[in-house]
This record gives sequence, C-alpha cells and structure tokens, in this order.
Amino acid sequence: MIKDFILLPLKEMRRRKLRSWLTLIGVIIGMAAVVSLITLGQGLENAIADQFDALGNDKLFITAKGNSLTPGLSIDAVKITQKDLDVVRSTSGIKEATGLIFSTARVEFNDNVRYFFVSGMPTELEERKLIGESQSYHLLKGRWLESGDNFKAVAGFLYTEDNLFGKEADLGDKILIQDTSFKLVGFWERIGSPPDDQSISIPIDAYQEIFNKPDEFGLLIAQTNTGDDPEKVAAQVEKELRKSRNVEEGKEDFSIETPAELAETFSTILNIVQWVLIGIAGISLFVGGIGIMNTMYTAVLQRTKQIGVLKALGAQRKHILTLFLIESGFYGLGGGLIGVAIGLFFAKMVEFALVAAIGPAFLSLEINLWLIVGTLIFSFVVGCLSGIAPARRASRLNPVDSLRYE
Amino acid sequence: MGEISLDVLKGISLEIYPGEFILIIGPSGSGKSTLMNQVGILDTPSKGNIFLEGKDISKLDESGLAQIRGKKIGFIFQQFNLLSTLSALENVTLPAIFQNLPEEKRKKRGTQLLTQVGLGDRLHHKPTELSGGQQQRVAIARSLINNPEILLADEPTGNLDSTSGKQVMQLLSDLHKKEKKTIILITHDHELVKFADRTIHLKDGMVLKITGKRRR
Repeated sequence: MIKDFILLPLKEMRRRKLRSWLTLIGVIIGMAAVVSLITLGQGLENAIADQFDALGNDKLFITAKGNSLTPGLSIDAVKITQKDLDVVRSTSGIKEATGLIFSTARVEFNDNVRYFFVSGMPTELEERKLIGESQSYHLLKGRWLESGDNFKAVAGFLYTEDNLFGKEADLGDKILIQDTSFKLVGFWERIGSPPDDQSISIPIDAYQEIFNKPDEFGLLIAQTNTGDDPEKVAAQVEKELRKSRNVEEGKEDFSIETPAELAETFSTILNIVQWVLIGIAGISLFVGGIGIMNTMYTAVLQRTKQIGVLKALGAQRKHILTLFLIESGFYGLGGGLIGVAIGLFFAKMVEFALVAAIGPAFLSLEINLWLIVGTLIFSFVVGCLSGIAPARRASRLNPVDSLRYE
Repeated sequence: MGEISLDVLKGISLEIYPGEFILIIGPSGSGKSTLMNQVGILDTPSKGNIFLEGKDISKLDESGLAQIRGKKIGFIFQQFNLLSTLSALENVTLPAIFQNLPEEKRKKRGTQLLTQVGLGDRLHHKPTELSGGQQQRVAIARSLINNPEILLADEPTGNLDSTSGKQVMQLLSDLHKKEKKTIILITHDHELVKFADRTIHLKDGMVLKITGKRRR
C-alpha cells in the first residue's frame, strides 16, 4: 500500500519532467545554499578551533584597550610598555612572558615597494619559543632571529614566491624596511593567512629603532604555569596591572584574553553570520515552497478528471490527500537531495579554492551526516507543507464534477 | 449569486435486481448520466432515496460512499479513463490498492482478468500503446478487480469501432451470463437493446417506458 502511494506520484512526476525540474530548482537553490553555508560555517569554526587548540590553553594575551584583535595598530595614547611586561613576568602563576609589536611598513625588494606588516620579535630563546607556539611561526628554512641580530629579518612564506616582488627572495638577500636594510636569515612556513604570510619579523630592538617607539609593545603574551588555572592567573595579572597602571577596577585601559575567550568571541560572531546567511537561504527555500504549491495547484487542475476517476474507483479523501501530499513531499525531498549534493560540492570547491589560494588555516570542512539527514527531512516537510492546501482541494473535489472536467 | 436548482430527474422510481442486465437509453439531455451518477453513488440525490441491498445509502458521507463504490460497483467509462502513466496491469489493479488488497494477490488477479479479456500478452503496455478496444477491455478488467456485484457502464462502446464495440458487448454479456453480474449500461444506441433483460427509456428526466422482462 505505502509502496503504491509512493510509486503513483513518482510516475506522475516523471511524466511531467520539465515542470518537475522547474519546481525542483527553487528547492535545490535553497537547500544547496543552506547546506553549503552551514558546512562552510562549521568548517570555519573548526579551523578557528584548530588554531586555538594549537595555541594551547595556557596562554594569556594582553593588549591596550580597544586593540585586542589588531595588535600594534593602536594610535591612541594607551600603551603597553616594558614596565607592564615586567609586572606580568613577576605575577604568581606566570611561567614566561614576552612582548611583540606589529605595524604596516614600507617594504622594498627587487626595486618594488609594497606595504606589509612588520613585527618586532624577541630574540631570547625562551621568548622566541613562546612566540612560535602562540603565533604559529614555524621555520621553513634558515634560522630564527637570535640575540645580537640587529638588522636581520625572517620573512613570511610568500617571499619565497615571485608574485610579491616579481622575484623570489632567498637567504642572504637584502630587503629594505622603512628604508633600512635588513638581511634575510630565514623564512616562515606557510601560515595560511595572507597578512601573516606577507609579514616580516625583525628583532624588537630594530623595530623600536626604525619606528621610533623605544618602549612600546602591541601585544604581551604570557604562559601560565602547568596546573594553574589560566582564568585565575589572568585575574591575578589583571589585578597586578591595575595596581601598576594605577587604574580602578572596571576602568582598565588594557585587556587580557585567554584562547578560550577569543575562541568564544569568534564562535559567537560566526554563529551570527551563519544565522543571517541561513535566514537568506531560508527565504530562497520559502520561494521554493511557493513553487511547489503552485505546481501542485496546477497538478490538481490538470488531474481533476483523474481525481474523479480515482474516486469512482473507490479512492477516499484520505487516499487522494495522501497521494498529493507525497507528490509534493517528493518535490521537496528531490530538491533536498540534489541541493545537498550541490551544496556539499560547492563547499568542497570553496575549500579547494581557499586552500590553494591561502592555505588550510581558514577552513577545515567536515561532512556532517546529521546536517544531511536533517536537511532531507526538512526538505520533505517543506514539500509536504507546501502541498497541504492543494492536496486538500484535490481530496474535496466532487467526483461527478471531476469526471465531467475536460 | 445563488445556486440555481434544476430538476434533471423527475419522479423516477426504479428497482434493479441482482443479476439483471439493464439498459438505460435515451437522447442527449434525457438525464441518463445524472441517473448513472445516482445509481453509481457518485452523487447523492437532493430529494429521494437510493437503496442498495435494502440499505438507504443516500445519506452516507463521502467516505462511506467511496467504500461502497470501491467494493460493490465497477465503473466502465466511454473514454476508458485509464491512467496514462500506468501499465495495463497497474491500471487494472489500481482500485484494489484502495481496498488494501496485498500486492501479490492484486497482481495475480489483475493478470487473470487481463487474460480473461484477451489481453494476457499486453500486461505491461501503457494505454497509449493499446487500441481503443483494448483500452476498453483493460477498463472492464479494472472494473472487475474488486469483484463487484454491479458493473456500471457509461456508453462503453461510444468511442469504439463496430468490431471493438461488439467485442466489448460480448464481454459484458458473458460477465452477465456466466458470472451473474448486475450490469447497468447507459447508451443511446438502440442496437444494444438485444443484450439487456430490461431497457429503461428516458426522456426529459422521466421514465418513458420500460421494455423487456425482469429476470428471476
């Protein structure tokens, strides 16, 4: 019985191929958009989670207020200084701390001038290790900046390719930063984000000299002792810094963030973006549903005589209602199936393109089985809901009038 | 805008007995189709009653009427009214789906009926692959799938050539004689009178005369 109630509508859909495909398109677009956007959103979230996992949960990031996500770009008077770094280092629960600073700078190589991020990095071994861990810096070739390296530099991955300056840079090459010559002693592995891969690291002393910022950090990074709760240590650091900077509680001119807090912030932003996009996809799905409804109303009109025949043959209202509901449900399900396939394909293509263009750091796609199953159920339900009104109309048709219909 | 009431059938009182072959004959507009819709309980009378096996069925709801139609009445239409997406066998077994007959039994009985009407080699042909006469024979097989006691045929030869028409009438006659089916046939073709036990002549919604003898 159920099999027959599935086969009959399928045969009707097959008979009217063009109309069926046109109806499916609306649902396909909506479902493909939902699946690809959710998959990409989750992929982005996964990638961010991976990045924060790599950071480790024992790191604290201290910046001047209003400066948390763009270190070194602060132009206001609030600064993080060596004194703050010393306070952090001396706080109970802190194992190691260091400071670094970033800003955009004029970079000249091979007679080409570009503007990229330049970062002032510590050169002490332990501090370098802390930077390496927390900023995803890994050497591709050459060496790290060391004590005594005054005008040496380590360049980002993209300097090893010829599309930044028309020529690949190599170890030993000279590069001008703010008109000061630096010798390249190393290259970082690809991080995956263009600003990082285009950046150059120089010793912090050299940075402070060429940028004339003798006592300033854009970002302090601290590592807590193993076993200590990073949140508690962060509270302690905050307290010490308040005291040292002479600010009241609640009026801090600096902020301290842990990887967990940063991850949560990203996740919240991402969720909002994702819901907005899903809302847009939902509108498309709604339009698809209207398309199904329109098709089903047309089908009821075109098959009025058939409905009369079925009733003459003993079909009850519930049989006609079921047949039309299943047909409209199939429009939804069919659209869902193709939409899921296209959505996943599109998401994979985006991942492929993104990884090829900027590396794997931004996206880590996973095929979510629940998303697929949920989407298919949802699409079937959308189809059925769109078909309720036409199916009811079909089931209520008078057999005599229907048989007379031409 | 109100509904306009029009009395198509006027004061008709008929008794049809089990196993009878009844012909309802009359010109266009005489009320043949309206009478058939009432007898086939596709419609309920605005006034009066219809009794089937002694039970008044004129006040049943739509679901009750549909169940009776499915079990007790087999319809044969002038235009065959086969579903073009289904094969001959699928068309024949369609009414049995609504009676919850298991698939295996349906197929067996459908095949048997199509063989009975001479289409055992056309089981999987679509209606468009069959001639008019063959389509009407599929429709006759379909009308028999739920083994109804009454067959209601509305101009069954109206769309057929004379040879196919004769074959169809022979089939109906055989069903009447061999299987004792009650057959109610609506036509304007006086040639068919010879097949019937009784012929009801309609004109202007009234019974003009009844010819023939009631079978006992």
